[in-house]
Amino acid sequence: MLSRLCQRALAPLALRSLAPSLSAGTLQVSRQFHTGQQCLAPITPLPEMGGKVRHGVIPEEFFEFLYPKTGVTGPYMFGTGLLLYLVSKEIYIITHELVSGIAIVSLIIYVVKKYGPTVAAFADKLNEDYFAHALACKNSAISSLEEAIESEKKEQSRVEGRKYLFEAKRNNVAMVLETNYRERLLTVYNEVKKRLDYQVALHHLKRRKEQDHMINWIEKSVLQSITPQQEKESIAKCISNLKVLSKNTQAAV
Amino acid sequence: MVSAVRRLLDVKLQELPPWLAAWDYSPKGLLRAVHQAWRCYHNKYINMKKGGVAGISMVLAGGCVLGYICSYERLKHSRWRKYH
Repeated sequence: MLSRLCQRALAPLALRSLAPSLSAGTLQVSRQFHTGQQCLAPITPLPEMGGKVRHGVIPEEFFEFLYPKTGVTGPYMFGTGLLLYLVSKEIYIITHELVSGIAIVSLIIYVVKKYGPTVAAFADKLNEDYFAHALACKNSAISSLEEAIESEKKEQSRVEGRKYLFEAKRNNVAMVLETNYRERLLTVYNEVKKRLDYQVALHHLKRRKEQDHMINWIEKSVLQSITPQQEKESIAKCISNLKVLSKNTQAAV
Repeated sequence: MVSAVRRLLDVKLQELPPWLAAWDYSPKGLLRAVHQAWRCYHNKYINMKKGGVAGISMVLAGGCVLGYICSYERLKHSRWRKYH
């Protein structure tokens, strides 16, 4: 339980202890790195449970070593005998520190037994979050790369359509050119027509002006040529004609 | 060196001295042995998903025993009896 928290603290320690014994800080340029064959096998995952230990301090291998000859109680008898030997020969001296040691050890055992599972669950959750995050990163990377592959394949399949694409583009360009050409043709036609209309209107104007001027001139000359006597004669003739006409109309009615 | 240690149970009693002499006692060899022992201990009791208190408690117990051995000379004076 505690070791799970310590595992995260001991990991850099383990890394440091695994570092090669080079002189710290100086990198010799003559050394070649990565010269051996690269081993591409996947790293073995951490095992679920490790070596079994009984009572927290004695590995299980000791009990199994003694089991064939002495059965189940053998190691405990061995332990008791050893303890009695150490105490009686005063290789282990009983002092006041023994009492404090017993108190501390019992306190530690109580704490471990009571709060072990909760701390274990907490550390497990931390580990799980860490691994889930790493797994999520890996999965997202894989999925994004797969999407990239898919889009690349789609792009590659679009290469066949490139002929049609360029055909359509060429048609568009030709259409635009044609439209432009016709617009300009229309402009030219309109301009030319305007100029011709101008010329025609000019001609008409000139004719009309000449006609008017001629009429005025003729009238003026005629009026000038009429002498006063001719005028009286013509008026008398008109009056007599009118009388005749009136008589005719009266007769008709 | 580890293969020599593993074969401790296979070594007969009379072969013990030559087997002990066959170890690598140079500083580099000793360092390598210590390093390997540390790594084996880690891989067996610490590097796992569901570890327990056993991983560090064994180290602490070993430290206690070593500390007791180192301070035995001082503790010899507070023995209860003179003759055992």
